[in-house]
Amino acid sequence: MENPNIPVEKFTAKDLTTDQEVRWCPGCGDYSILKQAQTVIPDLGIARENIVIISGIGCSSRFPYYMETYGMHSIHGRATAIASGLKASRPDLSIWIVTGDGDGLSIGGNHTIHLLRRNFDVNVLLFNNEIYGLTKGQYSPTSEEGKVTKSTPMGSVDHPFNPIALCMGADATFVARSMDRDPKHLQSILKRANEHRGASFVEIYQNCNVFNDGAFEVFTEKSSKKNETLFMESGKPLIFGENSDKGIKLDGFTPVVVNLGEGVSANDCWIHDERDRVKAGILSRFFDNPKNPNHLPRPFGVFYVEDRGCYEEKLQQQLTEAKSKKGDGDLDALLRGRETWTIN
Amino acid sequence: MERQNEVLDNVIIKFAGDSGDGMQLTGTQFTNTAALFGNDLSTFPDFPAEIRAPQGTLAGVSGYQLHFGSVEIFTPGDSCDVLVVMNAAALKANLRNLRKGGIIIANTDGFDPKNLRLAGIPEGQNALEDGSLENYRVIKMDVTKMTRAALAESGMGTKEIDRAKNMFVLGFLYWMYNRPMEHTEKFLNEKFGKKPEILKANLDVLRAGYNFAETREEFTTRYKIGPAKMQPGTYRNIMGNQATAMGLIAASRKSGLQLFCGTYPITPASDILHELSRHKNFGVKTFQAEDEIAAICSTIGASFGGSLGVTTSSGPGIALKTEAMGLALMLELPLVIVNVQRGGPSTGLPTKTEQSDLLQAVYGRNGESPIPVIAAATPSDCFHMAYEACRIALTSMTPVILLTDGYIANGAEPWQFPNSSDLAEIKVNFAKASGDGTKFLPYKRDELLSRPWAIPGTKDLEHRIGGLEKQHETGNISYDPANHEFMVRMREAKVDKIADYIPDIVPEVGTNKGKMLVLGWGSTFGAIKSSVLKARAQGYDVSHAHLRYIKPFPKNLGELLYNFEHVLIPELNCGQLIKVIRDKYLIPAKGLNKVQGLPFSAEEIFSKIEETLK
Ligand code: SF4
Repeated sequence: MENPNIPVEKFTAKDLTTDQEVRWCPGCGDYSILKQAQTVIPDLGIARENIVIISGIGCSSRFPYYMETYGMHSIHGRATAIASGLKASRPDLSIWIVTGDGDGLSIGGNHTIHLLRRNFDVNVLLFNNEIYGLTKGQYSPTSEEGKVTKSTPMGSVDHPFNPIALCMGADATFVARSMDRDPKHLQSILKRANEHRGASFVEIYQNCNVFNDGAFEVFTEKSSKKNETLFMESGKPLIFGENSDKGIKLDGFTPVVVNLGEGVSANDCWIHDERDRVKAGILSRFFDNPKNPNHLPRPFGVFYVEDRGCYEEKLQQQLTEAKSKKGDGDLDALLRGRETWTIN
Repeated sequence: MERQNEVLDNVIIKFAGDSGDGMQLTGTQFTNTAALFGNDLSTFPDFPAEIRAPQGTLAGVSGYQLHFGSVEIFTPGDSCDVLVVMNAAALKANLRNLRKGGIIIANTDGFDPKNLRLAGIPEGQNALEDGSLENYRVIKMDVTKMTRAALAESGMGTKEIDRAKNMFVLGFLYWMYNRPMEHTEKFLNEKFGKKPEILKANLDVLRAGYNFAETREEFTTRYKIGPAKMQPGTYRNIMGNQATAMGLIAASRKSGLQLFCGTYPITPASDILHELSRHKNFGVKTFQAEDEIAAICSTIGASFGGSLGVTTSSGPGIALKTEAMGLALMLELPLVIVNVQRGGPSTGLPTKTEQSDLLQAVYGRNGESPIPVIAAATPSDCFHMAYEACRIALTSMTPVILLTDGYIANGAEPWQFPNSSDLAEIKVNFAKASGDGTKFLPYKRDELLSRPWAIPGTKDLEHRIGGLEKQHETGNISYDPANHEFMVRMREAKVDKIADYIPDIVPEVGTNKGKMLVLGWGSTFGAIKSSVLKARAQGYDVSHAHLRYIKPFPKNLGELLYNFEHVLIPELNCGQLIKVIRDKYLIPAKGLNKVQGLPFSAEEIFSKIEETLK
C-alpha cells in the first residue's frame, strides 16, 4: 500500500521500457500510443510497482510486455473482467486495461459495459483500428457497413458499434476519444483519464497500416483534419474548421453547423459542458460517415464526466461496516455455529 | 390415558407438500431438534425445479427426507417409515418410497376434489377413502381446519393463517417422537421477534398440533429413539454448501489472505455465495459477476493481486469457465473452482444430483492442462475438502477443482467441528525483492515445482505473465519447441508432486486386502458404507475405500487396488472414475452406474456386491 507520507520514488519513461523486443508491424499506430503512455505515466505520482496493465488478446494486447510495470496478457475479451476482480480486491492499485475493438467490444463486450456501470476506478484504453489485425484482417464490430475484408468479400452487412454512444448507454462516468496521430492530445486525455475517480473509457483511433490503412486519415491528415474533427474543451465553444471558422449550434435537440462571421460569433455556439449528460449523448452521435454530404465533424476530447461512487470503495465500506457491527470475524465462533450439543 | 412407548433405533420420515407448504422448514426444524437431542442423522431435500410450479400439481411437490437414529446413520435412507403429505400430489409422488406397513400422515384438506384433480387422479378416486392404502397405517387429519380453529381469535386473514399449517404437523410429530419443542420455539422467537402477531400464531399452532395428539385417544403409540453412540465431542448440524463456504473462510483465516469469491448464481451452488456474502466481517469479498466467465476471470485478477480466489458454480457454468481455467493453470496462480454437480448435460436437471462432471474436471480443457481435482464425500466433508482445495492451490500455485454435488450440498448431518487451531497450517510467503540487483524470475521453481507469488505493489518485482507459452524461469514468451514440451511436462510434474503431501487412501470399512473392494468417490459415500457394512455382517469379504483426491491419486492407490480380486466402482454417471482407474492401473474394475438424478440406495449397491460374490 502506498503511504501518502512517503514521496513516490521517481522514474522516467526509460524505466518503463522492458527488455522485450517490440513486435508490432513497423508503422503501426500502437507505437505512438505506447510512447505517449510511457511519457505520461512517470508524471502521475504513482509508484511504478503499484501500476498494473491488463490486456486481452489482439495486437494492442501485447502492450503489457513493453511496460516495466506489473502486467497480465490474458485471454480474449476478459481483461476488463480480470481487472474488475483485481480492483475489487486491491483498491490501492492503479489499473490500466488495454483492449481493442474486437477484444473489448466483440468477444468481451459484455464485461466492458458491466465494468463501466459498476464504475471501478480503472482506465480502459480501447485501441480502435476497425479491423482484426492479429488474425490477419477480418472485419470488426466497428468496421463500417460494406467493408470488404477476408471474411466479407462482398462487403460486411454488420451495422457497426459506436463505442462512445455504447459507453454513454452503459452509464460510464468518463468518456473520451483521442487518436494515435495526435501525441499532445492523447497525452492530455491519458492524464485526465487517470485523474478521474471511476471507470475512464478512452477510445483511441489507431491506424492498422497493414490491414486497414488510412481508416482514420480524414481525421488525422493535415489536409482534412481541421474540417473533419471537433476538439472539445469544457467551457469553450464547439468550433472547428480550417480557420476555426465553423461552429456547432443546437437547434432544439438538433446540432447544426454554422459559419462564424456572418452575424454569428463563437459565443453564440454551443458551449461544451462535460457534465451535461444529455448534450454528451448528442455529441456521442456525431458519428456520420465523413463521405456523407452535410455530415458533422467527429468529436475528440472528453465527452462526459460524472462523479459517482466506485464499486471497490462501496464494497470496502460494507466490510468495514460489518466489522464494526459484528466485530472482526471469529473463526471458532463460526465453526461452532449457533447450536451445538455434546456427547460424553 | 394409557400410552405405549415403542423404542426404535432409527426412523426415516419424509415431509412432502406443495412448495408453498413450508415442508423444507418443517424438515429442518425436526432435524435440528433431533440433532440437539443427540441422534445421528442425514437429510435429503428434494425441491421442485420450478420456483412457482402450479400449486397442487406433481411438479410442485417439495420434499424433505430425514433419517435419524440411535445408531450410526450414513444416508438419508432408502424407503421411508413415515410419510407426511399435505396434499394428494405429495402422496402420489412419494407413495412408492414408503415401506409396506409404514405410516401416512395426511392432511385431508389437501385431498378435496380440486387437489385430487390437480394431482391428476381420476375422478371418483381418493386413496384416503377407497381402501387402496390398506397396507399402510393412515393418520388422517384436517390440518387446515384445525389451524384455522386455533387462530380463530387471532384476527389474522385466512391466507396468513394457512401459512402456519406446517407448524401443526411439526407439533404433532414432536409429540409422536417425544421431542421437546424448545428449539423450534426459540427459532420462531428469533425469526418473528419483530412481528409478535405472526410469532404468536406460529407458536399457538405448533402447540395445537402437539396437544391435538396428546388429547386424542386414537394415538396410542409414541416412539422413542435414543441418542446415538457417537464419538464423544461437541457437534453441530451442517449442510454441504454451508460447510464449503466455511472451509474457504477457514483457509482464508489460516493463510492470512483475503478471501475473494467471484461467482454467478446457479443452482445448486448459489448457497455458497449466499453464505460467504454474510461473512464480510471476516474480510470476505464476494463479487456477483455478469456471467460465469467474468466470475472466474475476476477471481484470477484477485489471485494475481494476492487474494485467496474462489469461484463457485455447477456443470454448465464450469463449461463456460473452461478457457479461463486454462489461463489460471498457465499463469500458475492459486485458484479454487468449486463445481456443485447437478444432472446434465446442458442445463439438464438443475435440482437433481449426479456425478457426471468428473471427466470434465480431469480432462475438459484445450491443450495439456493438468488441474488437481478433489471431491467431498459428505456434507461435513465439504468443509475439509474446501480447506484442502485452498491448501493445495496455495502450496502448489495452481488452480484446483473441488467437486461436490447437489445431494451433499443440500444434505445435512451432525458434524464434530474442529478447533481452528487443529486445522493444517497454510503458509503463504509472497515473493520479496532479493535486494542484490539480480533479475526476478517469476517462473523459477521450488522443490514442489511451485513458482513464487509476487504481487503488484511489491517493489522491484514488476513482471508480466500471460496465457502464451513461457520460457522456463524467466516467464518470457517463448515459441521454442523444446521449451514448450519441457513446460508442458513441468506443469504435469508439478501436479503429480501434490501426491507427496496428500494423505494415503485408507479403507473406510474392512481391510487392505481381500475379495472385493468397493471404490467410491463423492456423495456415494453413505450408500456404499451402509451396503458394505451390511454385506460384511452377512459374511462377505468386502471393503470400502473412498477417493477424495482424484488428480493426483493418493500414492498407495495402485497397491490397494491390486490387493483385491474384484474392484467395484459405483458412480452416479455412466462410468467416469472407472475410466481413469482402468487407464492408470489397468485393472478389470466393474462399474455400477445410475443416472436418474437420484442417489444410490444402499440396497442397490448391496445387491451388486451379493450378485458378484455369491
Ligand atoms: S496488424 Fe495492424 S494493428 Fe496489428 S501490429 Fe500490424 S499494423 Fe498494428
